[in-house]
Amino acid sequence: MNLASRQEDFALAARPDGPPASGPAPLEARGLSVSYGVKPALIGVDAAFPSGRMVAVIGPNGAGKSTFLKAALGLAPKIAGEVEIFGEPVDQAYGRFAYVPQRASVDWDFPTQALDVVSMGLYRELGLMGRFRGEHRRRAMAALERVGMADFADRQIGRLSGGQQQRVFLARALAQEADLYLLDEPFAGVDAATERAIVEVLKGLQAEGRTVVCVHHDLATAQEYFDYALLLNLRKIAEGPIREVLTIGNLQRTYGGRLTGPQLAAFGASGGASGGAFGGAGG
Amino acid sequence: MEILLQALTLQLGHNATLATLGAGMFGLAAGASGAFLVLRKRSLVSDAMAHATLPGLALAFLIMAALGGDGRGLAGLMFGSAVSAALGLLAVDWLTRRTRLTEDAAIGAVLASFFGFGVVLMTVIQTLPFGHQAGLESFLIGSTAGMLRADGLTILVGGAGALILTFLLRRPMTLVAFDPEYAAASGVKVRRIDLAMMALAGGIMVVGLKIVGLVLAVAMLILPAAAARFWTDRVERVVWGAGLIGGASGFVGTALSAVAPRLPTGPMVVLTAAAIFFLSMILAPGRGALAVWSARRGFGRKLRLRAGLLALAEGRAPSAEALAALRRAGFASAAGEATEAGRKAAREAAEDESLWARAREILPPEALTGRDDGATPLRAALTPDEWSLVKGASA
Amino acid sequence: MGEEFVRFSLAPLLIGVLAAMACALPGNFLLLRRQAMIGDAISHVVLPGIVVAFLLTGSVTTWPMMLGALGAAALSAVLIELVRRFGRVEPGAAMGVVFTTLFALGVLMLERANLGRAHLDVQHALYGNLESLMWLRSSGWSSLLDPQALARLPEELPRMAGVAGLMGLLTLVFWRPLKIASFDEGFARSLGIPVRGVSFGIVLAAAAACVAAFDAVGSIIVIAMLVCPPATARLMTDRLSTQVWLSLGFAAFAATAGYVLAGYGPIWLGGEHAVSAAGMIATVAGLTLGIAALCGPHRRRDEAGESQPL
Repeated sequence: MNLASRQEDFALAARPDGPPASGPAPLEARGLSVSYGVKPALIGVDAAFPSGRMVAVIGPNGAGKSTFLKAALGLAPKIAGEVEIFGEPVDQAYGRFAYVPQRASVDWDFPTQALDVVSMGLYRELGLMGRFRGEHRRRAMAALERVGMADFADRQIGRLSGGQQQRVFLARALAQEADLYLLDEPFAGVDAATERAIVEVLKGLQAEGRTVVCVHHDLATAQEYFDYALLLNLRKIAEGPIREVLTIGNLQRTYGGRLTGPQLAAFGASGGASGGAFGGAGG
Repeated sequence: MEILLQALTLQLGHNATLATLGAGMFGLAAGASGAFLVLRKRSLVSDAMAHATLPGLALAFLIMAALGGDGRGLAGLMFGSAVSAALGLLAVDWLTRRTRLTEDAAIGAVLASFFGFGVVLMTVIQTLPFGHQAGLESFLIGSTAGMLRADGLTILVGGAGALILTFLLRRPMTLVAFDPEYAAASGVKVRRIDLAMMALAGGIMVVGLKIVGLVLAVAMLILPAAAARFWTDRVERVVWGAGLIGGASGFVGTALSAVAPRLPTGPMVVLTAAAIFFLSMILAPGRGALAVWSARRGFGRKLRLRAGLLALAEGRAPSAEALAALRRAGFASAAGEATEAGRKAAREAAEDESLWARAREILPPEALTGRDDGATPLRAALTPDEWSLVKGASA
Repeated sequence: MGEEFVRFSLAPLLIGVLAAMACALPGNFLLLRRQAMIGDAISHVVLPGIVVAFLLTGSVTTWPMMLGALGAAALSAVLIELVRRFGRVEPGAAMGVVFTTLFALGVLMLERANLGRAHLDVQHALYGNLESLMWLRSSGWSSLLDPQALARLPEELPRMAGVAGLMGLLTLVFWRPLKIASFDEGFARSLGIPVRGVSFGIVLAAAAACVAAFDAVGSIIVIAMLVCPPATARLMTDRLSTQVWLSLGFAAFAATAGYVLAGYGPIWLGGEHAVSAAGMIATVAGLTLGIAALCGPHRRRDEAGESQPL
């Protein structure tokens, strides 16, 4: 059993010209383990998201959902494993992905305005000294318009509501015109109207052939918004098309005793009882 | 060496003894009450207070001199500096609550402007006919040389008083430092305790001004507590451990400074505490840097090895880093060939993994929290009871 | 008054203003990143840096001391980060640990080193000596056109002007990464901005400004100018660029008003000796902040923003 040569076979099989021919996955993780100190935050996660999907990363609090996103972008302390974005390590894929951090992660008291925040999305084009021209301003405004925030362009960001702040964050990502969008809890603490608006924008992105990945915690809306899911609870529980993945068995394995009867009942129709069918943690 | 021994055993004369004891008492009180500040993450507020003592110190001198007194009475100077330290604390509090400025900015602003005003007053004193002998400079970096008997007693009594107050307030301060929201919910006046905590720290710094000086006073609040934190997770132990470290630093540092000329007291005391801190940071078991670093390294290796063994067992190709881990453990040859031991370990790992899967199904998730780290064999992670339960269920 | 002013006050005044502005620029970003106390830390560790430089070179010349101080500031920034990460101590305590330790080390070395005639002592380090930087070769305003007299300007003046200019240039060139990394670190990293480099760069720039200003004006102005003018400006506007420009204005104002008050205030009050200019500049900066905190148009945190613990 020669491992080195087998590894080459493996690499061959994974090449784009091998079947199925669909180019490298927008986001692929192999054996990804993350740990803050010696406390594991994510254990050996393998995942490969297909292109052009709306992907939900689902799991209970502290399951490593946000950590997964951060580790994928090199923002969390990886202890083992590898991540590739469009087949390349993160630091060679800058410009192809846009990241929307959790709203709570920044200081909203910062002296800056909505339009100014959106313009940050143009940084990779503008560089250090590139002039911010009328065309850039128009693009930033268009992004704001797309999320329905054009009227607030000059408002200091601390004076926006939570939902408006989230829309500004989304507009900043839109301005980046990326192929892969990674959003950390975009619906946390936003009003219903904003949630609908954001979903609409995201579906628009998908229609343009882009891939969207969201950390999501609301099981009730997961099936409506997304068509592909990764279930996490420190380890990968399941991954696949959302209708196949959101089964009672999988949810029980993801949430343990933390899921209430009504929550489970909501999935009675889609799931059936068996949960072990899809690449879970067992094996 | 002999002098050091004499100094440590308090045989260098009456005043030196008093200074050493006073410094020990100051360190004890500072360490214990500083622990609450560090746990509350507000240790630098005390730095603002320490620097804010300067204008009060200078004003007290001017007033006492104007009233015909000596101007150098330690008790009067301490009173003046306590008042201006309190004003500094209130200024920080006012800026953070009434404006959008964050606490660090408020601290920096108060520290600089109060200290600046103090410097202005110091230059006023220097222009006075008697100002040159004021000796107020000794309060900047501390000096026990030429300390009077009364001064030593003042420090000793002040330190003891602060220690008693710390002891009396320890429960509410622990609550507030640990979880302010819970404390508020259970009826503790958080704001009042916070102010009391800071006032106590301010009082202790005023006591210590003569010994360590106002620039370094904050060190004795932070260093012992930060050092003690490496050795234990329990609040009471941090508090009294910090007191112990602070007391030892004050005692030993002052004794050291008496050994030879030009060994200023303040820096010697602070450096003793700093030495204890850095040794703790590097060497402490559990939380120390070496322990954490090696544990993290070992954990990463275990994870990669496990990934490699599972790949072997399932007939997949291990990733490059997992293959390296297999080689290091002797489970794969240099050429990448699995060894006999490797195949055996792979079978065991696969078996253990399926046991883990079973355990996750039948044991409540809470039971596995913190034990399921992806690298530990099930046998080692479970209690014997749980182990036999899982073993029985999968048989 | 012209001749006397040019001879005795022009150079210190300009040096004070330039030092204040050089410190205020990086101070803006330290303020927004909640690292205002880094300035405090840096100004303390300058002392050991200078003493070590003296011990190594045996002379009290400017450049070795500046390099020593800059080295000490960089070392302290690294140490703070190490203590914070490996010691898992909160940033404030980590700073407190590092700067007090290094300052204590500096004082001890200073006492042991026996500097002899060298004009180096703790007080000078704290207060500086702005008043002594006179332009003795001048003979009134016309000297500004006299190359010979200009050549005898205190060397601190061109040095401070150079550093202030450098700070301005750095702020201009790195404006975008500075802003993005200070506002949203996670997003900045996802753009490939070297966030840690930016963070260290700000500290290093602040250290350079501190060190250059330190010899002339003492560390107390340095701390005051890193914090007070930017904080005052923050309470006056919600726009970052406006804040930075305003902070330069407030810095210049504090330096000018403080210098004038220190020099002439006591005389107006009937005294005969001037008081410390450095101390007075810091005092004025603090008072300006106090006024802005009372009535600045943007002094309050907005309701939608997150609330601040006591």
